[in-house]
Amino acid sequence: MSPLDMSPDLDPRDRGGEQQPLLIVRDLRRHFPIKGAGGRAVKAVDGVSFDVRKGEILGVVGESGCGKSTLARLLLHLIRPDAGELVFDGDQVDAPRGITVAALRRQAQMVFQDSYSSLNPRMPVRDSVAFGPFVQGEPKAKAREIARDMLAKVGLNPDQFGPRYPHELSGGQKQRVNVARALATNPRMVILDEPVSALDKSVEAQVLNLLRALKRQFNLTYVFISHDMNVVRYISDRVLVMYLGKIVELGPVDEIFSHPRHPYTRALLASRPSMDPARRMEEPPVTGDPPNPIDPPSGCRFRTRCAYSEPLCATSEPALSAMGGGHIAACHMLDPASGHSAAGAMS
Amino acid sequence: MTTPEPLAEVRDLHVRFVGRENTVHAVNGVSFTVNPGKVLCILGESGSGKSVTLRALMRLLPVQAKIEGTVRAAGRDVLALRGKALRDLRGGEVSMIFQEPMTALDPVYTIGQQIGETVRRHTGCDRAKAWARALELLELVRIPSAERRLDAYPHELSGGLRQRAMIAMALSCDPRLLLADEPTTALDATVQIQVLILLRKIQRELGMGMIFVTHDLGVAAEIADTVAVMYAGRIVESGPVGRILAAPLHPYTAGLLASTVHGQPRDRDIDAIPGSPPDMRRLPRGCAFAPRCSRRREGCLATVPPEHYPEPGRMAACIAIEKHAEDTLLVHG
Repeated sequence: MSPLDMSPDLDPRDRGGEQQPLLIVRDLRRHFPIKGAGGRAVKAVDGVSFDVRKGEILGVVGESGCGKSTLARLLLHLIRPDAGELVFDGDQVDAPRGITVAALRRQAQMVFQDSYSSLNPRMPVRDSVAFGPFVQGEPKAKAREIARDMLAKVGLNPDQFGPRYPHELSGGQKQRVNVARALATNPRMVILDEPVSALDKSVEAQVLNLLRALKRQFNLTYVFISHDMNVVRYISDRVLVMYLGKIVELGPVDEIFSHPRHPYTRALLASRPSMDPARRMEEPPVTGDPPNPIDPPSGCRFRTRCAYSEPLCATSEPALSAMGGGHIAACHMLDPASGHSAAGAMS
Repeated sequence: MTTPEPLAEVRDLHVRFVGRENTVHAVNGVSFTVNPGKVLCILGESGSGKSVTLRALMRLLPVQAKIEGTVRAAGRDVLALRGKALRDLRGGEVSMIFQEPMTALDPVYTIGQQIGETVRRHTGCDRAKAWARALELLELVRIPSAERRLDAYPHELSGGLRQRAMIAMALSCDPRLLLADEPTTALDATVQIQVLILLRKIQRELGMGMIFVTHDLGVAAEIADTVAVMYAGRIVESGPVGRILAAPLHPYTAGLLASTVHGQPRDRDIDAIPGSPPDMRRLPRGCAFAPRCSRRREGCLATVPPEHYPEPGRMAACIAIEKHAEDTLLVHG
């Protein structure tokens, strides 16, 4: 057993104990102003709060423009938030008496969707993997040794693949290198932003298996961002559903998939192809595209595509209500006091 | 009952891309037919030759592509067409929709202008008639406030509406054969299913034949009548969509089905196909899937496996099939 194979409570870096969430996200907000648009802005992430528990895989789903990739970057301060706070294992990030962003990044790493553009094309991949530990203070020889070890752990023979350049690898191999690079600094948390979306289906399965094996081996915590409900169902412990910069539903994976409460989550689930030609859909679950995040609809942002929309939904923004078992959703129909005609009927 | 003349007929199609240093063998002997009113899905991963096969039907391949074989579409010998005859075919009786509407549409013309131009090119009608036809088409693909959208530029539309506009343009001259190259892959899940349902309805209403290229088994399940599974430039299995999804014969198809995350138990690893697809510059001599195949045996790498027809309408190219099929027949017979 290597010194890395230990349970979370034995990790010398653990500060808050098992009950302390590894990451607390409070009211995170980021708007991107549009030049010449009179102060209008893309409200990419608009007040988002959740916890990431130690050792879990939190799946984040949503369609394009819902802010899931911005959220991923905010969690590592690759983009600075306009407002909100991050608390990593009890320490506030980038705050007095907290930890610095650099300290956060020593414990949290990221894997991006585009496996090619996230590797330096002019560097053999073993150097790309060694770069992180080297920058974080390991001597060169030690950093190289870590790189060899990590390449082997992601299933790439370091002698065969280490000296290669990114363009000499297939998509699946490049994504394995990116995983090796993220893990080379021995992080506790990895943010995976659509890590298998660009891969072929047969390779997707290999990389998902690898990610699960590495998580067990290194006691990692994942935030796994995807647009694919089937992938999220397979890999996540809990699922967070985003729509136009807001959380619409969050809960344990089985709850979300067997008892989705928000009409948007239901639509997302119902939109999945059935895999059975005898049960083809005749009518789509929802119509229209997700609206432009520049001017999201007032009140509930989903109301323009929602079959249950009422005048109330345009004027009042639904709050997240708890349904027990850590399952929350933001819909007026779930709040008996909201005044929606179907209020309470859904709960 | 007489058999109708097939809308598309491809026999022993080979496409090679000859470069200075090497030759990519993209398509290596593909044959299929598509009858009017039917949907064929070509299913395959990147580099399997599915898009190249589709493009060969309209000769939309670069000059360095060497095409051999027989390609007939809408009654024409496509490989023999030259000049105006080829341009008449494209967008006339055969038309294509692409994965990325943003690059397939011209950014500096409005939707109405682009559709109108196609209509006038093929029918020779005047501007007013072409405009009216464009409006009719946008309504056919259920674009809301169609009249206003005729004056919109592609960037002013959402992804789903752009894809509908491209479908409208492809339908503008009542094609008999519609070719679709992953038209829903770039779309969000809730939009993808809308476009699939729309395409299926229009295909049925207009009685078109359609060839739909995809990498997604779920998409094939929603739209196909028959499926042809491609691997390394060859069709390794084909048959009715329900049979293929329920009881795949070829080990590659079976592997793809087993490795899909759909309905996968959460506490177990996925049965992934090991390895990666072959280098199309250096294909193995026999079965290209053999190096990754769990049922590999002696002889797999000797010659390209012959086509077996174990059930009516089904084909699988694998030397393990014959035996397998006999077993099944014994059980059911």
